Amino acid sequence: MAVREMVAARPKMPQNRGQRKGIIMENTNEMSLEFDSRSLNEGFARVAVAAFATQLNPTLEEVADLKTAVSEAVTNAIIHAYGKKVEKIRINCCVREREMEVEVVDHGVGIRDVPKAMEPMYTTKPELDRSGMGFAFMEAFMDELQVRSEPGVGTTVWMKKKFGGRSGQRDLSGDA
Amino acid sequence: MNSIFQIRDNCMTIRVPEELDHHNALPIQQEADEVMMNRNIQTIVFDFRDTSFMDSSGIGVLMGRYRAIQRKGGQMQAENVSERIEKILRMSGISKLIPVNRKREWL
Repeated sequence: MAVREMVAARPKMPQNRGQRKGIIMENTNEMSLEFDSRSLNEGFARVAVAAFATQLNPTLEEVADLKTAVSEAVTNAIIHAYGKKVEKIRINCCVREREMEVEVVDHGVGIRDVPKAMEPMYTTKPELDRSGMGFAFMEAFMDELQVRSEPGVGTTVWMKKKFGGRSGQRDLSGDA
Repeated sequence: MNSIFQIRDNCMTIRVPEELDHHNALPIQQEADEVMMNRNIQTIVFDFRDTSFMDSSGIGVLMGRYRAIQRKGGQMQAENVSERIEKILRMSGISKLIPVNRKREWL
């Protein structure tokens, strides 16, 4: 079964970034959390990820962007992936220099047509007053977004945000 | 009855909580629908003075109520929105449908 993939990329990071790996040891900081797909955990999830992002000394707007994007991805997993079932949602975060990657993983029903699901205003649950803006917000508030999904297996939403160069920023290599 | 709902004449004011996400949206949707079923509401005011966070679930709440009040020939507005909430409303296109008034920021 083909893994459906949709890449909605903002201006891409320079492609040669990976090559530096061998020269300079990559400095990353990772965090994962797993929680039940209950709606009351939506607030917990976005606050936890935002708290992890404080090491990047983000602006208030960057924090708000991150929280909104995480909230959208987690809400999708709760409503669409699992429906009435309570299962696990996993979030993996990785900070690398001035960027943060966030992955929201579920093992729910999956998405049959990812490009369609990502269209603004498209929703499979209009009866629940869903606006269909979830993926549009993730795309708008993060720098990169990839959605991988397989029906019956689950969905992984991968997002990346670059945090701007604010003065007084802490970086990971500077804590020695 | 939830205290965040205030009804005066034909106007229903909904004082939106600090965070409006899917979890917090459900009781607001239900109660708003109940009020609108039982009373002749012609104006809905969403008061965002306490609200610092909203995602697309909040847009769903507003859109649903907007459609309902449109059917009755009434009107809707958003009051006391922060810069952030204004941005979310603008991005979703709701700002084109209803008046949105900014919160007075105390400096």
